[in-house]
Amino acid sequence: MDKIKTQLQQTSQATHSERRGRLISLSALSLIVLVVIAIFWFVATKGLATFFENHVDFWSFLSGKTWDPGVKNASGQPLFGALPMIVGSFLITVLAALVATPFAIGTAVFMNEIEPRHGAKIIQPVTELLVGIPSVVYGFIGLSVVVPLVRNTFGGSGFGILSGTVVLFIMILPTVTSMTADALKSVPRYYREASLALGATRWQTIYKVVLRAATPGILTAVVFGMARAFGEALAVQMVVGNAALLPQNLVSPSSTLTSVLTQGIGNTVMGSLQNNALWSLALVLLVMSLVFNLVIRLIGRKGALR
Amino acid sequence: MRKRRIGAMIGVILVIGGLLGIGYQTRAKSATGGSITAVGSTALQPLVEAAGEQYSGEKLGVFINVQGGGSGTGLSQIQEGAVAIGNSDVFAEEQAGLKPSNLVDHRVAVVGIVPIINKETGVTNLSTADLQKVFDGTYTNWQQVGGKNVPITIVNRAQGSGTRATFERWALGGHKAKTAQEQDSSGMVRSLVSTTPGAISYVAFSYVNKSVQALSLNHVTPTNENVEQNRWRVWSYEHMYTKGQPTGVTKDFLAYIMSPKIQATLVHQLGYIRIDQMQVDRSVDGHITPQTQR
Amino acid sequence: MKAKTADKIATAVFYAVAGLVVLILAFLLGYILLAGLPKLSWHFLAAPAQAFSAGGGIGIQLFNSFYLLVLAMLISFPIALGAGIYLNEYAKQNWITNVVRTAIEILSSLPSVVVGLFGFLLFVVQFKLGFSILSGALALTFFNLPLLTRSVETSLASIPNLQREAGLALGLSRWETVTKVILPAAVPSILTGVILSAGRVFGEAAALIYTSGQSAPALNFADWNPFNIASPLNPLRPAETLAVHIWKINSEGIMPDASAVSAGASAVLVIAVLLFNFLARWLGNRLYKRLTAND
Repeated sequence: MDKIKTQLQQTSQATHSERRGRLISLSALSLIVLVVIAIFWFVATKGLATFFENHVDFWSFLSGKTWDPGVKNASGQPLFGALPMIVGSFLITVLAALVATPFAIGTAVFMNEIEPRHGAKIIQPVTELLVGIPSVVYGFIGLSVVVPLVRNTFGGSGFGILSGTVVLFIMILPTVTSMTADALKSVPRYYREASLALGATRWQTIYKVVLRAATPGILTAVVFGMARAFGEALAVQMVVGNAALLPQNLVSPSSTLTSVLTQGIGNTVMGSLQNNALWSLALVLLVMSLVFNLVIRLIGRKGALR
Repeated sequence: MRKRRIGAMIGVILVIGGLLGIGYQTRAKSATGGSITAVGSTALQPLVEAAGEQYSGEKLGVFINVQGGGSGTGLSQIQEGAVAIGNSDVFAEEQAGLKPSNLVDHRVAVVGIVPIINKETGVTNLSTADLQKVFDGTYTNWQQVGGKNVPITIVNRAQGSGTRATFERWALGGHKAKTAQEQDSSGMVRSLVSTTPGAISYVAFSYVNKSVQALSLNHVTPTNENVEQNRWRVWSYEHMYTKGQPTGVTKDFLAYIMSPKIQATLVHQLGYIRIDQMQVDRSVDGHITPQTQR
Repeated sequence: MKAKTADKIATAVFYAVAGLVVLILAFLLGYILLAGLPKLSWHFLAAPAQAFSAGGGIGIQLFNSFYLLVLAMLISFPIALGAGIYLNEYAKQNWITNVVRTAIEILSSLPSVVVGLFGFLLFVVQFKLGFSILSGALALTFFNLPLLTRSVETSLASIPNLQREAGLALGLSRWETVTKVILPAAVPSILTGVILSAGRVFGEAAALIYTSGQSAPALNFADWNPFNIASPLNPLRPAETLAVHIWKINSEGIMPDASAVSAGASAVLVIAVLLFNFLARWLGNRLYKRLTAND
């Protein structure tokens, strides 16, 4: 009797493995959180040094239109006006996402709902393949195909927001498409069956049921696409023109936060004013993607099917 | 079942550990004889890399690790003492945020910089005055300097790059180029200029090829001989900085690069200008002194 | 009738959109392959790179890319798997979980050059790992984790709760349900995530320039002792990958055949990702069949 009693009161092997598993997975997550905190802290301390150590006026940093590190204006303030880059990054990201989203949703719906057999077999592998092409190669195709096309169609030098948008659109399309397809796949099948049984056409089912149910997943896909567009440097740098000027139109040379950051970081000395200013740009980048993220989450919460 | 799995896992770990142990015991000890790291300027990287490979070939067991990252990275890392050599295109005195007093400058080569333009503009020579007006935006069409009717597109190097600093100082007489397109690397600049009608930019001599037109300035052609005699004035030194006087492998390697053997072969083949052929010496503030033969 | 017309129009539109996307993608692939294939030869694939003369190959860079990919995946996949499992199976739906999710998504939007510099200052300088494959793999882990975690999480979320309930009803613990029922069922879609992130790792350049470096010292392929500097397996040697090599010859390359080498290397990269993709799919299918008794 005693033997059974002790066995019953012991924690079972399953409980042991349960605790261990939980601990392992929790520590993995904590590790990621730690990494995120470390990077945030790192960028924040470096980025804020411009304002606290070098005493650059925060407002003139955000609203100034001239970016000329090393030169001081009449009142002794260095010329760190990040507005052209902020506007450039914002425009390119939003435009690229606006163009890519309908294409991605259309393609994902096609390969999931309309032609699941052919769609998944051809489109999915191809999209996954394209994610692996280095951004340098995208940049070069942009330079040799997109830029001349824009130049001949719209005039100007061909470098600018428009070329950047086109290149980024192609770059983020595979990511957004395959993530959207995943989101559609995770909509339970009985949703569709119920809708079709009610007499809805396929389009009505897609539009009113499947897409609604997958909205949070699709939004995540768009956020990831925008994130990639936002943080992309090498490809954009090749086609956007990198002129620290406010964009007058979509075909005038302009610049993004990442392109200025990437170009300048190797040419400045750690801890100098110029270097800190570049880290401030990285901080702006971080904060802006935070804002994007929150906005999209808010929209997602309203649009989700309950 | 469970015990067998654990047993297998222990077995695998033991085998891997054993292999690593054998590997560690039998490792080639000579390979750890000495290795130094040189970081910085991407323009100087090919030379140091090639010289380093040759050096390791001659002195077995010594390893020269060469990385790019930009002049700023090179200077900040040598300042902190994180590397043995910091490569730079500019004088440490010209870089903001450094205390150059504890750095020792080793000039290993000279680089000539030349304006390049798109071939369809019909211009092959400019006076420095005209060049300045092109770059400050006074001229907007190549017609104004005797070329075809093509609008001028300026392509600058990235702010803070050594090539841009040299060009603005010696070709534009210290004036800043107007804010325009920027590109970070020589290869990109060249392909931009070759594909964009009316484009003008500037690169090191070694990057000039048939796809672009190199400009003469005041009818002086951009050749190595003209740089050596300072008739072509747009040039800069390539620096390898050490923290304090170099010792050991670092000292030996720097001497190796300066030796006529490397200067006459690699330096020339890679498109740099030999430091030992320079007939003038130029200081940080631009003061020129004739060089007596070394 | 109206609903039916709308349905037809919508179907036509979907066909058009998908067709257009396929066209764009096909054009891209065709462009890269057509430019690069003429350059391909055994010599090109195996020979070391040349700094300033024509005829260099990409052998070492190709090996480095694969080795770095394997190392980065070995480090990042277990972490992402654990984190994904916790987020989907254990975490409560509260604001902390939300903050964690948002933080992970924001991490993915960091420009890779920032991740690279962070890795440079932390691993290369602080931990004294030097410019090495290990530093590169750690930096890539940072860069890889958000996408991988997210994809593991969504893969797990797409397994119906019925399966969890079945597992628990059989008396399995939660952990056992996850490892023995949920994970096997999620293998194909987790695999998709792995392939996607592997592709990104393969093509990443900016994060590696400052961590694994941009020089490829000669390797001795007869020496597999990981403690020797010339050994291909040494994780502490500097290693230029294929993507970094493409970036480098495009930006500062002075060899006469730079553009041809770059085109050839791009094509090799695409083909490598293609092969990798097929292999992973085939493996994944076999694994899926064995683990779930699905035929």
